[in-house]
Amino acid sequence: MSVDTATVAKIASLARIKVSEQELEAMVPELNGILAWVEQLGEVDVTGVEPMTAVIPNKLRLRDDVIDADPLTGGNRRDAVLANAPAAEHGFFGVPKVIE
Amino acid sequence: MTDLTELGVAQIRDGVAGGEFTAVEVAEAFNANVAAAQDALNAFIVTTPDAAIDAAKATDAKRAKGEALGKMGGVPIGMKDLFATRGVQTTAASHILEGFRPEYESTVSQKLWDAGAGMLGKLNLDQFAMGSSNETSYFGNVISPWRRNDGGNAALAPGGSSGGSSAAVSARLCPAATGTDTGGSIRQPAAFTGITGIKPTYGRCSRWGIVAFASSLDQAGPMARDTRDCAIMLEAMAGFDPKDSTSLDMPVPQWEAGLSADLKGKKVGIPREYSMDGMDAEIAALWDQGVAWLKDAGAEVVEISLPHTKYALPAYYIIAPAEASSNLARYDGVRYGLRDLPDGANLQDMYAATRAAGFGAEVKRRILIGTYVLSAGFYDAYYTQAQKVRTLISQDFAKAFEECDVILAPTTPTASFALGEKSDDPLSMYLNDVFSVPASLAGLPAMSVPAGINREGLPLGLQVIGKAFDEQGVLNAGLAIEQRAGFTAKPAKWW
Repeated sequence: MSVDTATVAKIASLARIKVSEQELEAMVPELNGILAWVEQLGEVDVTGVEPMTAVIPNKLRLRDDVIDADPLTGGNRRDAVLANAPAAEHGFFGVPKVIE
Repeated sequence: MTDLTELGVAQIRDGVAGGEFTAVEVAEAFNANVAAAQDALNAFIVTTPDAAIDAAKATDAKRAKGEALGKMGGVPIGMKDLFATRGVQTTAASHILEGFRPEYESTVSQKLWDAGAGMLGKLNLDQFAMGSSNETSYFGNVISPWRRNDGGNAALAPGGSSGGSSAAVSARLCPAATGTDTGGSIRQPAAFTGITGIKPTYGRCSRWGIVAFASSLDQAGPMARDTRDCAIMLEAMAGFDPKDSTSLDMPVPQWEAGLSADLKGKKVGIPREYSMDGMDAEIAALWDQGVAWLKDAGAEVVEISLPHTKYALPAYYIIAPAEASSNLARYDGVRYGLRDLPDGANLQDMYAATRAAGFGAEVKRRILIGTYVLSAGFYDAYYTQAQKVRTLISQDFAKAFEECDVILAPTTPTASFALGEKSDDPLSMYLNDVFSVPASLAGLPAMSVPAGINREGLPLGLQVIGKAFDEQGVLNAGLAIEQRAGFTAKPAKWW
């Protein structure tokens, strides 16, 4: 399978990365080179093989159902959460207007 | 007086504990080396000399009071800038995280500080750990301290993604450094710079607070000058962490105490599929030499087969970008990091502009590949197929380990290359990871040990791959190679 300019533009839009026409032109052959190379995986007979889900068998744990069991990752940390926000306003994350 | 910066982790720990020198003297000596090399090597993104001194003072004070020092007591280290460090800029070598000062400390770095280590600074790396030459950092290339012996001064790659770590350890800017390994990012740079590095079993070291690249593969580990130093530092880094859902809930073995280069009764597997056409003759010869060394250490050598080896790299370059595209969706210009808000832009425009300005070319390339292979209509053909192939690769190793205890292979297909030599061709760069990626896909412990010098005067590494949870077996085989290789070469100081 190979991609064309329109497909790469669609992927970039899905990935929320703005790309110029010029960048698109450069990316098409690069991505096609990589995709052509990974295509060889199609040769492998995977009949009856399960896709890997955990590289080392491990049980998913549940934490104790306690509020703020870990004070660092629990609640009431508003200022710490906002400390690195590019536009923190009135205790919230500021974003451009989304409702007209 | 001894040059303290020539000492490794064990020597510093023991010297400080025994009162031969103080931790502050050690920190000052390394701080001086860091400052003197920064312009030439660019190994650090941020240096933190005061943090190193403060930690050293704390260690000296503990010793004065007669208290026991930690496993890393008095040892200053470099911290790859992928680990969140409270109050100290953490960037993953990206523009999008420039200026980000975490409000928390990663589990691994906290464990190292608790063990008595101090921080010399945050080490440069490939952007978001994506690269094999340290040429994708927003903060500039790291230059290897090594040069070819041809009299030319070509700037060489320190390897990647942990290129700041490898350059700094090999140039004696720090006795040890943290690395992370997703497809070879500890082992390949270690091999390129003549140092030792181990990626433990997936889940040994907590991923909490490490900037995520490909979560099913990312694993932290130590990079240092020898096997013992790696064993000590890995003990300090490893351990169960409830904040990481894939953390192994197992006790941390005493790897240093368990070190033994006597391999009697052990079987070493040589994978036939790793003998590839066009393999560098010096690498092939070194591999043969490694076999002889391990036999000399008492091991029996057997040929094994890992039939799906050739599919590991293409599977990796589907799985890792897929996970990266998902992990890096968090950089949205809202919660932390860069925001690019063009005039009149709406929220969607802001996301796209921010990510365009904040990510480098290789990161964008991988996000796009990942987005494509996960998109509707292509998911099964690419992603599910790759995960099935990953199962087969893991099964190959399981079968091989019925016949052997550890596997010996080269770490890299070539020695270090010049900067710019491969950066225009993503595929040729990806091929650097051909020997390191299979163990990553299977989550197995694997280390690189410096084993020789090629005719250009550059270091070459051998790789030992072990069974899951058997870091001890890997370290012991590494030690046996180390003792016989007698690798003492270091880069001639030009910086």
